[in-house]
Amino acid sequence: MKITLDEVKRIAALAQLDLTAADLERMRGQLDQILRYVDHLAELDTTGVEPAEGLVAGGGPPLREDEPAPCLPPDEALANAPESGAGHFKVPKVIG
Amino acid sequence: MIAAGDRGPGKGSLLGLGAAGLRDLFVRGEASALEIATACLDRIARVEPGIGAFLTVDAEGAQRQARLLDDRRAAGAPAGILAAVPVAIKDVLCVRGMPTTCGSRILKGFFPPYDATCVERLRAAGAVIVGKANMDEFAMGSSTEHSAYGRTRNPWDGQRVPGGSSGGSAAAVAAREVPLSLGSDTGGSIRQPAAFTGTVGLKPTYGRVSRYGLVAFASSLDQVGPFARSVQDAALALQAMAGADPRDSTCSPVPVEDYAAAARTPASLEGLRVGVPAEFMGEGLDPEIQAAVERCIALLRDQGARVVEVPLPHSRHAIAAYYVVATAEASSNLARYDGVRYGARAADAPSLGAMYRRTRAEGFGAEVKRRIMLGTYALSAGYYDAYYLKAMKVRTLIRRDFELAFRQADVLLGPTTPSPAFRFGEKLDDPLSMYLSDIYTVTANLAGIPGLSLPCGFTRDGLPIGCQLLGRFFGERALLSAAAGLEAALRLQAPASAPAEVLP
Repeated sequence: MKITLDEVKRIAALAQLDLTAADLERMRGQLDQILRYVDHLAELDTTGVEPAEGLVAGGGPPLREDEPAPCLPPDEALANAPESGAGHFKVPKVIG
Repeated sequence: MIAAGDRGPGKGSLLGLGAAGLRDLFVRGEASALEIATACLDRIARVEPGIGAFLTVDAEGAQRQARLLDDRRAAGAPAGILAAVPVAIKDVLCVRGMPTTCGSRILKGFFPPYDATCVERLRAAGAVIVGKANMDEFAMGSSTEHSAYGRTRNPWDGQRVPGGSSGGSAAAVAAREVPLSLGSDTGGSIRQPAAFTGTVGLKPTYGRVSRYGLVAFASSLDQVGPFARSVQDAALALQAMAGADPRDSTCSPVPVEDYAAAARTPASLEGLRVGVPAEFMGEGLDPEIQAAVERCIALLRDQGARVVEVPLPHSRHAIAAYYVVATAEASSNLARYDGVRYGARAADAPSLGAMYRRTRAEGFGAEVKRRIMLGTYALSAGYYDAYYLKAMKVRTLIRRDFELAFRQADVLLGPTTPSPAFRFGEKLDDPLSMYLSDIYTVTANLAGIPGLSLPCGFTRDGLPIGCQLLGRFFGERALLSAAAGLEAALRLQAPASAPAEVLP
């Protein structure tokens, strides 16, 4: 077994996902299958190989001048929020 | 192109024309933008109940854009390279004024306040945005079955999937609802559905097209590209979209070449060096697809191309490396869906933490949760070196394979997919088998190089077969030229069994 139910629970907590007991069990089996497949990577000798850093051809990302420009108006930024008020996003109470 | 229909000008044949043909009619004054948009909207109304390619159709908006183009033409304004061409946009790209759901419940009701750069550039070239196309949730899947908003059927066979994740974009073009559409390709999500639906699908070089306004799945792999019914039309779309963008620092300043010209007149294949990756032929490949690719190879030789076998020894590790890198990046990118700034929020959660966890549990589908979990695991303490770091090293080896292959070859040729379009449900309960349908496409994303799927034949059952051409970094001009040459040599005709859904 590549991954235990306790590990699946720990990962679900890290990923901020509420999973039911049935979900956790199904997820364990599927992750186990996928991880077994992914484990074939270990067969490959990568001694001295650099990880693929950054992206592709032409060196690092181009830089631009840091110039002020208009940004999204507050009412547009808030328009998609499930709950907002007084120019802010509203969330359930954080401090009891 | 599936040649069943390009029958020259005239109102009755608008649906038989591609993007270039429609633009020419418009420029010559033989059809108005409104007539063209209306022909597509009528087609959508007629076939959409059986196809399900669209999540949003903005008929009013399309007609408004078309009238504006007609007014501009009347006023003598110059026409853009996609003037009056109706386009569908995968629902992972932001279009101002239209919902953007990414096929997910968690983005239900989200209206982006801006256009993606690629959409902005299509509009500037005169394209008419018709609507948003269905997709696997957050572009994770190979069948479009992972959409929260229903299935898209393959226009060639309604019992089969259109591929994915850009299945709606592929089906819309195959069913002649639009001549052109945009998709995104992280591991094959443009090329695989193109192969399944008999369309041309192009994944440009990483950094060729801006990702600004593309909802992120795996940021080092994602790239926007077109679906079309000809190489020439795909080239026109790339021409309109390619080039640096100050809003995406990964979008390259490498100069944009004349892709449209490269594809317009079929290139001579004389002397073209074509590499065939040995690992892409043989075991695991459907024999009918293998035979179709071998016919392409024979045809290329007849036309004077030099075909050589090239090794890609690390490609057998590509799917494993891909599912580590892609899920790791996805777990990070999808952390933003927390029910605070946009989309759905779980009701009546007692605390902020509970609200996050319930919103995500209710909002994400099974495949997205699976990938978030896999990616979180691969990045978690104690596993990072064994999975993520290892996968990034394998990625380096895959890039080196291509560097060596392109010393011997100008383009590479092989199958796009190991099988033709499969049936609904066939792979839904077996995630790994679904992942393996990307086996020939993920290597290009890992390396960053461009790839194109070209229709090259049909199975005995009348299902389309695609071959894949791969090019060098920013080698789109050579890639499109070779693809146009092969397309012309193939002179593919739709089989007599072709259903009405794919005919004009």
